[in-house]
Amino acid sequence: MNWIDIGALDDIPLRGARVVKTQLGCVALFRTDTDRVFAVSDTCPHKGGPLSEGIVHGNKVTCPLHNWVFSLETGQAQGADSGSITTYPVQVAAGRILLDATTLKKRSAA
Amino acid sequence: MQKLVVIGAGMASGRLLEHLFDAAPGAFDVTLFNAEPRGNYNRLMLSPVLSGEKSYGEIITHDDDWYAGNTVTCRFGEKIDGIDRARKVVLSAQGETPYDKLIIATGSNPFIIPLPGHTLPGVISYRDLDDTNAMIETSATPGARAVVIGGGLLGLEAAAGLRMRGMEVTVLHNTGHLMERQLDAAAGYLLRRDLEARGINVITQAQTQSIEGNGHVARVMLVDGTELPCELVVMAVGIRPSVQLAKDAGLDVGRAITVDAQMQTSDPDVYALGECVEFAGTLFGLVAPLYDQAKVLAKTLTDQEDAFTVKELATKLKVTGCDLFSAGDFAEGADREDIVFRDPGRGVYKRLVLKDDHLIGAVMYGDTADGSWFFGLIKDATDVSDMRDTLIFGPAYQGGATADPLSAVAALPADAEICGCNGICKGQIVSAIKGGAHTLGDIRATTKASGSCGTCTGLVEQVLAVTLGDDFVMPTSQPVCKCTEFTHEDVRLLIKTKELKSQPAVWQELGWTTPNGCHVCRPAINFYLLADWPLEYQDDPQSRFVNERNHANIQKDGTYSVMPRMWGGITTPTELRAIADAADKYNVPTVKVTGGQRIDLLGVKKEDLPGMWFDLNAAGMVSGHAYSKGLRTVKTCVGTDHCRFGTQDSTGLGIKLEKLLWGSWTPHKVKLAVSGCPRNCAEATCKDVGIICVDSGYQVGVGGAAGMDLKETERLCDVPTEEEALEVTAAFVQIYRENAKYLDRPYKWIAKVGLDWVKERVVDDLENRRALVARFDLSQTIYRKDPWAPLAAKADTFAPLADLTLEAAE
Ligand code: SRM
Ligand SMILES: Cc1cc2nc3c(=O)[nH]c(=O)nc-3n(C[C@H](O)[C@H](O)[C@H](O)COP(=O)(O)OP(=O)(O)OC[C@H]3O[C@@H](n4cnc5c(N)ncnc54)[C@H](O)[C@@H]3O)c2cc1C
Ligand code: SF4
Ligand code: FES
Repeated sequence: MNWIDIGALDDIPLRGARVVKTQLGCVALFRTDTDRVFAVSDTCPHKGGPLSEGIVHGNKVTCPLHNWVFSLETGQAQGADSGSITTYPVQVAAGRILLDATTLKKRSAA
Repeated sequence: MQKLVVIGAGMASGRLLEHLFDAAPGAFDVTLFNAEPRGNYNRLMLSPVLSGEKSYGEIITHDDDWYAGNTVTCRFGEKIDGIDRARKVVLSAQGETPYDKLIIATGSNPFIIPLPGHTLPGVISYRDLDDTNAMIETSATPGARAVVIGGGLLGLEAAAGLRMRGMEVTVLHNTGHLMERQLDAAAGYLLRRDLEARGINVITQAQTQSIEGNGHVARVMLVDGTELPCELVVMAVGIRPSVQLAKDAGLDVGRAITVDAQMQTSDPDVYALGECVEFAGTLFGLVAPLYDQAKVLAKTLTDQEDAFTVKELATKLKVTGCDLFSAGDFAEGADREDIVFRDPGRGVYKRLVLKDDHLIGAVMYGDTADGSWFFGLIKDATDVSDMRDTLIFGPAYQGGATADPLSAVAALPADAEICGCNGICKGQIVSAIKGGAHTLGDIRATTKASGSCGTCTGLVEQVLAVTLGDDFVMPTSQPVCKCTEFTHEDVRLLIKTKELKSQPAVWQELGWTTPNGCHVCRPAINFYLLADWPLEYQDDPQSRFVNERNHANIQKDGTYSVMPRMWGGITTPTELRAIADAADKYNVPTVKVTGGQRIDLLGVKKEDLPGMWFDLNAAGMVSGHAYSKGLRTVKTCVGTDHCRFGTQDSTGLGIKLEKLLWGSWTPHKVKLAVSGCPRNCAEATCKDVGIICVDSGYQVGVGGAAGMDLKETERLCDVPTEEEALEVTAAFVQIYRENAKYLDRPYKWIAKVGLDWVKERVVDDLENRRALVARFDLSQTIYRKDPWAPLAAKADTFAPLADLTLEAAE
């Protein structure tokens, strides 16, 4: 693991998201109502909707384009829809958000 | 005998001495220094002393006899100013005292925000008996007012105590809900409600600017200009470990004095415990871990093996009547799951946080009886997979009861209005039922309730069910979503009757089954709250669909479209140039004339939105809200200015209407048109509100549609003047805002309540029309604003948080 500082927790609105650009597309950083942070692929497997623009409820997000719902914890689509988004290791320490550069590089190499 | 010197006679050192004398009586010659002019008392119990529920005498833990019996040399009221570790002495105003072993137990100091005026007499912190006595003294003045800065444990205990002593108390808290470190928003809402019920004024999201007064505090000023007159300011915003002494003595100090698991500092003869220490990166602020430390240190001093470890903590608030409990962790980690239980009738909220079949956190309000059981499950890391389904009901009730959706209705008082049209309260319906009315039809016949617009039908049925019990079979109705049993109409009525003014209030009082709703209910509730309480409720962008949050329409490729307003379809060469410039500057691939008489710039990147808005704003243009459940366009024709058939100034009226209505949020989008004669070039007869100008005035039609359904408008009324046309339109839009279900266009809503119902209120009842317009105007004081300008100023929030493509390139 190689944790890199991405920004402050408060840079993400509560129940909102921001994206981080990586070599192969955007990773969305979500902040839930209870201040948990998740890092997942920003791209909906359905038709590529930007998940970071979805409504965050509980630990789930609803895609803004056609309302698929994904668990931010497992990356799995919920309900009748099937598909999943990649989840990435992320942690919050002293109000800063850290992403693992090694995993993100793996994504780039893949 | 070894000389043991202890600095600080507080909760931690008191407990240590007890253990030490138990284990090895007479082994040490103890000298105890305390800056406070008294020995150890139970600091936790200062709150009951403040409120008057206990006296100081009752909270003394070690009295003179105890110290004498254990031959402790007490030097109370004597502060230690330095430690000379080379010579093994401590220094005070009275001289030097030698030690063989030294214990630092100096606790912590209250943190004081260095606001202007913080040194004025009357500004105090809440830490010791002197602070408590000072508060009690001020509260004795009749009519005295207090402002408590900080809505955490200490601040709220201070506030409750002062209130019980008769003071007028305001609590200022800087985040969205009280005790945010221990409670989630739902529990924070209930706590606030209970505190307000006892007369404590709570202001959240408060930004304090200064404390003012001439020789003594007289008022607290907030950044938003609010002025809070007061005679007492209690600052309870946190504590800082008291470490100066240790730092000066050259001991290892991080955020506090660093100790190992035996409570030893970096000097083998110096130990420390309590709030002044840091162990493995952890600081302490509650007594439970300090008692563990005391046990370990007593062992260490008597050469026995033991090691301190950090354990889970539970929080309770010592305010009589405010029952809350929180334990464990609900802030960070991975793979968690929530179980939520709410009983709106009893004001109960419980939330459990599970991870990998284990309970890791719990928040409870209203009924905390099972708190210690849950706390045990957390501490012992018990596998709860077997009891998962009934876990939330606690140890006693593993039977599987569920939240009763009717309890919110059961809890309504008799004078709560159920039918707004006819002014019928719950009590009248209940008496009718008791008088033999056992069906909806009977109720309508006897009380008229639900006989007019019908939106309260669901609630009347719930009252029937609550009153008749099993004798009444509830018809199935469509709930808003999976988070609730209530229909949209029920929720709207309950928001009004129960005066629910925040999202947590709705979740709790109406028994929502999820912590904060879902993508279906949140936008609806957000709209209902802002429509009913424009001044009190703050719009929540995170409860809005992407288009309304970003003030632009998202496209299938994730880009956006930008559409400036063209009032009544009129534009100017300057505006057109600015649009053309923006299109060039931001490489807009498509420029389109829309069906709504304006120009759409399609394919704009999110990062470019703020810049484009800024440029368009500079040319005098504002958002066209082409994305909103709100006013869209007002189409017009050229009218009397140019057209040989025009009867009235249709363009002028269109512009006036658009300037009146723009920015308002509505249940669904609202489109208008004004045509200058019945030839109807502006297609007014298929709009939500369409006005046709005629010689004698204006024909106002409503409820048209030309989207998925095609519908001609129905005539609401004919009015002779432009003023009346404007007034009737505003009243119509407002009554639609106040009553319609989210995502019902006006034609769908009118089909439910009937056009006659609308006419009665908007056309016939002049007084009601004016009241509707007044409420619309009030709401527009908040919402008739261009959203572009403030967002353009926050351009950085539209950009990615970080760009790793550059870094990864190496
Ligand atoms: C831009 C425009 C088409 C155009 O190029 O002319 C347009 C574009 C969209 N319309 Fe429309 N409508 C546009 C005029 C209309 C009209 C004609 C009119 O207003 O005179 C209608 C029929 C009239 C009506 O509303 O009754 C119309 C009926 C709809 C509907 C169906 C509404 C209904 O209640 O049946 C939708 C879907 C919805 O809102 O749920 C819709 C939804 C949309 C959305 C917002 C779809 C979406 O959610 O992404 C389109 C956004 C495209 C984009 O990416 O920017 N659009 N849409 C027109 C913008 C007008 C403006 O200046 O604001
Ligand atoms: C009003 C109130 C209510 C609370 N309620 C709760 C509760 O419900 N539950 C809970 O777990 N915790 C509660 N706490 C917190 C709890 O009281 C503290 O965690 C605990 O008292 C800390 O113990 P300590 O021994 O480290 O410090 P203290 O108890 O503060 O003792 C430190 C002592 O050292 C003295 N001292 C400092 N510097 C010097 C010096 N240089 N020379 C000599 N003496 C010095 C101080 O005068 C003080 O008497 C409450 C605190 C307050 C103020
Ligand atoms: S509506 Fe009538 S007045 Fe207006 S442009 Fe058409 S024909 Fe002319
Ligand atoms: S692109 Fe996400 S649901 Fe269709």
